[in-house]
Amino acid sequence: MNTTTADSDVAKQLALSKIWNNREARSVILQILTMAILIGFFAFIITNAISNLAAVGKTFSYDFLSQPASYDINQSLIAYTSRDTHFKAGLVGLINTGLVAISGIVLATILGFLLGVLRLSPNYLLNRISYCFIEFTRNVPILLHILLIHGIIVHSLPRPKLASVEWNLADLFYLSNRGVFTPRPIPDDLLWISGVALALGIGFTIWFRKYAKRIQDSTGKIYPVFLISIAAIIGLPVLVFFVTGSPVTWDIPEFKRFNFQGGMVLLPEFMALWLALSLYTAAFIAEIVRAGILSVSHGQWEAACALGIRRARILNLVIIPQALRVIIPPLTSQYLNLTKNSSLAIAIGYMDIVATIGGISLMQTGKEMETMIIVIAIYLSISLLISMFMNWYNTRIKLVER
Amino acid sequence: MSEVTQSYVPGTHPDMAPPAGQRGILLWLRKNLFSSWANSIMTIVGIYLLYKIVPPMFNWAVVDAVMYAGNREECQALGSGACWAFIKDRYRILIYGFYPEELRWRVDVSFLLLCAALVPILFDNAPMRKPWMLFSVSYPFIAGWLLLGGAGLTPVGTDEFGGMMLNTVVGVTGIAFSLPLGILLALGRQSHLPIVKSVSMCFIEFIRGVPLITLLFVASTMLNYFLPPGTTFDLLLRVLIMVTLFSAAYIAEVVRGGLQAIPNGQYEAANSMGLKYWQSMRLIVLPQALKISIPGIVNTFIGLFKDTTLVLIIGLLDILGIGRSSMADAKWNGLSNEVYISIAIFFFIACFGMSRYSIYLEGKLDKGYKR
Amino acid sequence: MKKLQIISAAAAVMALGVTAASAGTLQDVQARGELRCIVSTGLAGFAYTDSAGVYQGFDADFCRATAAAVLGDASKVKFVPATGKTRFTILNSGEGDVLWRNTTWTFVRDVDVKLTFVGVNYYDGQGFMAPKSLGVKSAKDLDGATVCIQTGTTTELNLADFFRSNKISYEPVPIETNDESRTNYLAGRCDVYTTDASGLAATRSTFPNPKDHVILPEIISKEPLGPVVRHGDDQWGDVIRWVLNATRGAEELGVTQANVAEMAKGTNNPEINRMLGTEGDLGAMLGLQKDWGQKVIGAVGNYSEIFERHIGKDTDIGLDRGLNALWTDGGIQYSPPFR
Repeated sequence: MNTTTADSDVAKQLALSKIWNNREARSVILQILTMAILIGFFAFIITNAISNLAAVGKTFSYDFLSQPASYDINQSLIAYTSRDTHFKAGLVGLINTGLVAISGIVLATILGFLLGVLRLSPNYLLNRISYCFIEFTRNVPILLHILLIHGIIVHSLPRPKLASVEWNLADLFYLSNRGVFTPRPIPDDLLWISGVALALGIGFTIWFRKYAKRIQDSTGKIYPVFLISIAAIIGLPVLVFFVTGSPVTWDIPEFKRFNFQGGMVLLPEFMALWLALSLYTAAFIAEIVRAGILSVSHGQWEAACALGIRRARILNLVIIPQALRVIIPPLTSQYLNLTKNSSLAIAIGYMDIVATIGGISLMQTGKEMETMIIVIAIYLSISLLISMFMNWYNTRIKLVER
Repeated sequence: MSEVTQSYVPGTHPDMAPPAGQRGILLWLRKNLFSSWANSIMTIVGIYLLYKIVPPMFNWAVVDAVMYAGNREECQALGSGACWAFIKDRYRILIYGFYPEELRWRVDVSFLLLCAALVPILFDNAPMRKPWMLFSVSYPFIAGWLLLGGAGLTPVGTDEFGGMMLNTVVGVTGIAFSLPLGILLALGRQSHLPIVKSVSMCFIEFIRGVPLITLLFVASTMLNYFLPPGTTFDLLLRVLIMVTLFSAAYIAEVVRGGLQAIPNGQYEAANSMGLKYWQSMRLIVLPQALKISIPGIVNTFIGLFKDTTLVLIIGLLDILGIGRSSMADAKWNGLSNEVYISIAIFFFIACFGMSRYSIYLEGKLDKGYKR
Repeated sequence: MKKLQIISAAAAVMALGVTAASAGTLQDVQARGELRCIVSTGLAGFAYTDSAGVYQGFDADFCRATAAAVLGDASKVKFVPATGKTRFTILNSGEGDVLWRNTTWTFVRDVDVKLTFVGVNYYDGQGFMAPKSLGVKSAKDLDGATVCIQTGTTTELNLADFFRSNKISYEPVPIETNDESRTNYLAGRCDVYTTDASGLAATRSTFPNPKDHVILPEIISKEPLGPVVRHGDDQWGDVIRWVLNATRGAEELGVTQANVAEMAKGTNNPEINRMLGTEGDLGAMLGLQKDWGQKVIGAVGNYSEIFERHIGKDTDIGLDRGLNALWTDGGIQYSPPFR
């Protein structure tokens, strides 16, 4: 009796250890365990959340999105009043986030490439200047940049009254601590013709580029593609614009009792955020660009020189295409970082998505959970979109090995 | 014709000086600043820019600056430049926050111990590295005890933490606790088990996809809802948890890079020796992978240290938060440039120093591998 | 090694302050021996830190009064500073026990945000402040002005409504804390600063030249400011309500910080006796010591004393009693009977 039970125990143990020692079985067990822990964790926090919400008598619902927001927003690209819904307020915030992110990405890329090239320039002085600038900018927190630039704008630039006299460019542009005021174009009826011209110009350019490439591939003849493209995209619409009699009137800012009225304004909050994000990111991009250019081996330069190609063309045809492959992936993550860093807008009161839905709406409705979920979901989708686009671009320019 | 005045044995003729313009400072100038027309123009533009920017800034920061004054009016009366008297008045609170005056030695001691704990991590030729390393690993707890008190020391509440000390606490704790977590996540992402792999990947991508500030908002407004009813956490602790999770995701990516750099032969060799998964990781793969990852980890730390300033947005008074609230003091109202520039200089020195170290390390590793 | 780390990390987590709370806030506070009182991050006269880093002010004194009633010691308060944005979360999460911070009682906050307002310790209204040099006489002249506001408050909703109903335009500059709004206003980022009239007076008192700024005559909203507790804890709500009432009742009955010890020996007025605990046992009904009322007045004085000490005529803030005078003096401050 005893021996049989002992035997079956041993057999059991053996069987168990056999299962454990079996690689596949073990991996299944481990995964089930992980899954169980994960499900348990989520069940735990969700039940907690439900009971906590119930304890303070709150419900989880998104009904507040359709109720009037009741607050005003100082920068909005779409029509918005305090009577619009929280949803619309959030949309205004999202557009503001997009605005500062896109303009930041554009400026950061231009500045970053410029700095990166200067950093490699044989000119000692420029080289050192850009080195100092890059190192200082990227070793100081982005939040500090934002606050510093905002502080300089608000504390050091003149107030509107003084600005209307002293910081005035041709009575059209003003720089004050309430922002940069510029004339605002109001389109007239005939402007559509210029729009059509622009579309035609772009269409022509796309066709012409393909055509020029085909000719070059088959005959080796090179057209001045860049100049012709510029002429088509910028020259044609401008020409049409003037021929149709400049169909735009300008709303010019004018100093009234408190502030400039009319025209367009770049608010100090926008400028501070935009400049800070651009400068900070540009410093990182500059290093990426430098590394990218250095990664192209010197032999490529020499080989191209030996073929007798001009310097500008070597850069264009040999160096930049190869450097771009190294530059693009880290560049993507810089763009992502810039977009994420734009959430620091809240520190100076720029009305982005975090300040509208995740800030004032959260406060006025008390819906912490719902609003934060919206904000997080939006940032996640932006991140996914940017990285998807960049992946697509990466595969497009990937080295095709023959 | 043959008026040889001096003769030399071949090979002993002294070098002649190069022609003028081909030597010394002139050559350097020509080569580096005026090598072509375009270059010369750029140099002149650069000099003009420097002339426009540097002297006014120097005047503001040094020549016209005021070191001794009681308030802003006095400062403005004494000089038109920076009012450093303000910073002089506030520097202690900028460093220690509201930490009780008579207990500040504990902050100093923890900082000195931090430097000591860093030595074996940063320099692999330090003497007695093994036992020293044990001290480094236990440092976070020793520092926690020193700063928080208890067990013989006067307790200090976390709401009295502030200033530069708070930045350091958040940064160092974040990196110390995120290292093990980050390594686990990196191994998880490399794992052959699909569920483990996808869980790690989702976590890493989620954290890297959202801004730190939203995570901090979650910590300050929502985290309590997810805990069992009635549990409350200290705000600083919640922030530390979030910062740890945040940097763990970034560390995981750095370590993953290190793991991928290890040649497959190492894994295979470990397997063929009959080592189990954890053994091969612990003995063969991780030591090599971590060594390559150190520069990346240092860079992550620099990023994290800079990001510690974000805690001011949820109401913790770090160095920037204290600087901002000091600016609202009636005596010193509106001296934003002085505050921001001094804090910027502090961060620059700290982060630039660390980035130099990471570059030095990269150079050393390069040498090690290019045999 | 790793295990050890995890265990010690867990231990550190425990040590750092995971606390489990039981059902009633009153019991929690008494068990803890410390009142966590949520106040403003800094508003002169109401709640601000003095040069020694100690919270002072009108609201801070009500915190002390509460601690005196609940714990018998006015010094056992931990002040939890909160911005307009974080205050309700801090209260709801249990990090704070009571919110004595200039918080407006509104329908939505009372009903939908699930808070309980237990009284009004200051009747206020939103006003505007502008530099004298601007020459503004009325808020209706503010067409096109830039206005600094604190976000997360009723202020910005009132502001939107006011400008909308008067059909004039403005540019809001939303800022998180009072300190920053103040800095921005002084730097000229905005023409006008708006908040509760009491807050305007308090803020103005901290300006380098207070006389250069005027408070405009319009009051555009009703702002009853009062203490807030979590929804559903009626016993704790009662304690806060009656601490507030004790300060007002004491003023009505002529009990002051100076004479409270004398009066506590027994008077001819039964209501004073009941309030101070020498007759009956109102304290026990609240779950407090018998002499709670005496402790409150002994610690901070009656309503008038608190008011005059921090925000009254003789202080830098210089506020009139106005609506906050007792009902017998033309105001609307009123205490239900202690019976």
